[in-house]
Amino acid sequence: MIQFQERISGQVSTADAPAKIDIRGMGFFYGKSHALRDVTLSVPADAVTAIIGPSGCGKSTLLRAINRIYEIYPDQYATGEILLDGRNLLERRYSLSALRRRVGMVFQKPTPFSTTIRNNVAFALSYFERLSKSEMSDRIEEALRQAALWDEVKDKLGASALSLSGGQQQRLCIARTLAVRPEVILLDEPTSALDPISTARIEELISELRERFTIVIVTHNMQQAARVSQRTAFFHLGELIEVGDTSQIFTNPQVQRTQDYITGRYG
Amino acid sequence: MPLRRKLADILALLFAGAATLFGLVWLVWILWTTALQGGAALSPVLFTQMTPPPGESGGLLNAFYGSAVMVLLALAIGTPIGIAAGTYLAEHGRYSRLAAVVSFINDILLSAPSIVIGLFIYELVVRPSGHFSGLAGALALAMVLLPIVVRTTDEALRLVPNTMREAGFALGIPRWRVTARVLYKAALSGIVTGVLLGLARIAGETAPLLFTALNNQFWSADLSQPLANVPVVIFQYAMSPYDQWHELAWAGAFVLTAFVLCLNLGVRFLARGAK
Amino acid sequence: MARAGGHTLTAFDHDLGELRSLIIDMGSVAEAAIAESMRCLVEHDEVGAAELIAADEQLDDLEAEAERRAVELIALRAPMADDLREVVAALKIAGVVERVGDYAKNIARRVRRLPKGEQLEPMSLLPEMAKIAAAMVHDAIAAFVDRNPEGAKQVCARDDALDDFYESIFRTLVTFMMEDPQNISPSTTLLFVAKNLERIGDHATNISEMVYYAATGERLLDANTPRDG
Repeated sequence: MIQFQERISGQVSTADAPAKIDIRGMGFFYGKSHALRDVTLSVPADAVTAIIGPSGCGKSTLLRAINRIYEIYPDQYATGEILLDGRNLLERRYSLSALRRRVGMVFQKPTPFSTTIRNNVAFALSYFERLSKSEMSDRIEEALRQAALWDEVKDKLGASALSLSGGQQQRLCIARTLAVRPEVILLDEPTSALDPISTARIEELISELRERFTIVIVTHNMQQAARVSQRTAFFHLGELIEVGDTSQIFTNPQVQRTQDYITGRYG
Repeated sequence: MPLRRKLADILALLFAGAATLFGLVWLVWILWTTALQGGAALSPVLFTQMTPPPGESGGLLNAFYGSAVMVLLALAIGTPIGIAAGTYLAEHGRYSRLAAVVSFINDILLSAPSIVIGLFIYELVVRPSGHFSGLAGALALAMVLLPIVVRTTDEALRLVPNTMREAGFALGIPRWRVTARVLYKAALSGIVTGVLLGLARIAGETAPLLFTALNNQFWSADLSQPLANVPVVIFQYAMSPYDQWHELAWAGAFVLTAFVLCLNLGVRFLARGAK
Repeated sequence: MARAGGHTLTAFDHDLGELRSLIIDMGSVAEAAIAESMRCLVEHDEVGAAELIAADEQLDDLEAEAERRAVELIALRAPMADDLREVVAALKIAGVVERVGDYAKNIARRVRRLPKGEQLEPMSLLPEMAKIAAAMVHDAIAAFVDRNPEGAKQVCARDDALDDFYESIFRTLVTFMMEDPQNISPSTTLLFVAKNLERIGDHATNISEMVYYAATGERLLDANTPRDG
């Protein structure tokens, strides 16, 4: 009899994977308003973790704490710990520049700088690294290839970045972030301003990128989280309600509130 | 009742049209008179000869030169300071009380009568030095220009969406570099527009120059002495009893108006190009 | 409708491919089980029959896995149109193939009941019938994998041959039973085996109807009117 045991695969749970980012007891305040409460969550390396939840649940807030972009605004602050490879990145001592080099971010609205495509990609690269002209060209090509944009722009690197379409601009922003070879990529609703085809291409890009980067994506589109992530965390009113393997969250969530949200019973 | 509404509509339209016409009429009249009188006095001589003594004919070369020098000097002084201050207000001072106060004072300065500024420079520079000077004139003009540049730079930078700032910071780039390499590029047309509008304003300012640069009948390139300039020449010559001087005044007025008109057109062109 | 290229999200294609492979594997196991059960019957191999019965569990596991995969696919990929029909069809086909395996198991169970030694004549017909049934299952699943509605239609047409086989075996066995009461026990056993094979053919037809629907979105008109017996 032919044995087919290997077909019945044991799935590897993301809970067993090594954690790249460990969030412990984290809280966040906008002035007096307590936006996030006691969040404890681990983000596995080389995988896509999706953060879902209704508007105002704190998902973007959490994401923006990981690269401390909130520090531009004086009355926002975070408590607790966020460990990146074991070191707490919320400490004052942790250099912002070094942190943001390791943790890149792509925003909801594509924000290409008003300069050439080449300069956009090279922007951060030329600040962090001393490279010769040919090395720089190579790195630019590498970043654009990784962002699945090289073929479309290789003949017009000197053109203005603003001449690209929305989906291309977003991929340019991704290339710009990839250029410095970060370890973690944070995506804040990266496709909500794009049409379905551009969205699908960027989702496929994310699937490719996850082999080499740790990715955290915030999305209000549950279906996108289901398509793209391996691990999903559900937030509600500033609290982490449930976290687990994406396939488990979407087929058999353990907490009632999670199930209500996913099935569309918003109460 | 639709008829009553229609009537009210037509009435309102008539009022608005009449008001516009009223304003336009004077404008057109001024421009027309300037063009007519000034155009008649136009000749290449304007740009080759100096201001003449009473009764003789001549040109406005020294006045053009003096105006140009003072305006450019004012730009050189006022623009960098104005852009720096505007940047401070927009970028670093957004949440500070000090910035709010500075902004408020800037707005006061913006609408201050320019004669007051002239008086200020008179007390500060002209009296201690004992004589009028082109330098004082340039300083007065710079002080008129400054608040304009500060305000427009502040506005232009604030128009740059916050996401662009965040995108720059998220790459790990320090603040000043984001401002210099990203924000200025994005706000460039707005800043340049502000500078050009300021230039158009100070090119025609008369009052501050009365107290500071005064005027000089002869050719002079010495900034520490009174310097000829177009507005004051117009002022003096228009009020004089000499016909040739009247003609020159009109010519000067025409050239000045044309210059400001072209500048404004240039600004509009730039704004359209930026879209 | 002609199929376009693969999905932009390649993981989707991957998941669909995995589900299809699972169905193919189930089909192979079921066909092998039919052939093996027939061999055990003809050669009166009781040991082989016992192994076959135990191995049926494998098919049950495969069906559970197929169900799990299909549910996950629906939850995570939100398949639409032909993709959705295919996934739903895969789910149902898995269930049907599992039942085919059960029929093969039932045939194996009958091996003990037959007396050793001389065989009744219809025995020679049964392997032929089994071959047809197994081929129908194979072709139905192949039609599923290829999304071939014409292939599915053809499988349905062969069910008549199987029904004819059953009718003729039935009549022959009734005759035997009337001739000699000693024949009743083995005859009824063979009758049950023939019935199982005929049912396998019916299930292959069901699979074909599901395949037709998945490929075209329309129902295959039921040519499978049940005859007496």
